[in-house]
Amino acid sequence: MTEVADLLVDSEFVANLRHDMLRFARLQLRNDAQAEDAVQETLAAALVNAQRFAGRSAVKTWFFAILKNKIVDLLRHQGRTTNISALSAAEESQDQAFESLFKANAHWQPGARPAAWGDPEEALRQKRFWDAFDACLQHLPENTARVFMMREFMEFGTAEICRELQITTSNCNVILHRARNGLRRCLEHNWFADGEQPC
Amino acid sequence: MLSCKESTRLLSQAQDRQLSLPERLQLEIHLALCKGCRNYKGQLNFLRAACRRYVDQTGQSGD
Repeated sequence: MTEVADLLVDSEFVANLRHDMLRFARLQLRNDAQAEDAVQETLAAALVNAQRFAGRSAVKTWFFAILKNKIVDLLRHQGRTTNISALSAAEESQDQAFESLFKANAHWQPGARPAAWGDPEEALRQKRFWDAFDACLQHLPENTARVFMMREFMEFGTAEICRELQITTSNCNVILHRARNGLRRCLEHNWFADGEQPC
Repeated sequence: MLSCKESTRLLSQAQDRQLSLPERLQLEIHLALCKGCRNYKGQLNFLRAACRRYVDQTGQSGD
């Protein structure tokens, strides 16, 4: 039976789902109008294909699978219309921050040496950690974030990313390195330094 | 010998591709001697785990 169609008339279910999908789409697309469209199209596509869905347990996963395809299409389009490899001021400032972690001999400045973050599971269980994580993702420069999310959220390989966004492999490596370093520095400052809960 | 800065680049690439044998050897030697870079590697692994979890928890039931 068309369980999905039943769920789509449950306004609370739809409201929650919309909320979660919008959050996800906004983070990846950095464009509210496009995110709205992607979510709208996902709901419409889900309704049309409702009979193809079986099994209630993974219904949200199913919606997200559709949403991810929509997002990939839009990212592909964005990649064609923006110059991903051009450095913005935000990206230059990320790179300067990275350089400043090192002494002249390219080894860590004593105060910048990465710390051990302890048990990851501990952090991942806390709701406040996810707020910090969200904020740090938002803080990444736009193009840097786009490449990072294609890699880590959509689980594209670097070859696919290069093809979709028309950038070189070494450029892709530089961007991913920048993203990871920016994210880890942000979390180090905003979570692991003073945000961490005592146990 | 690899610098810390170079190590961070290889550690990032190790998340995306299989490193060559010489790259792996250089990196292992550096990591054995450098706690900062060992921690950096741990932090990158943490980021990967967090991203996987982020997608799972957004994409699954429960809110």
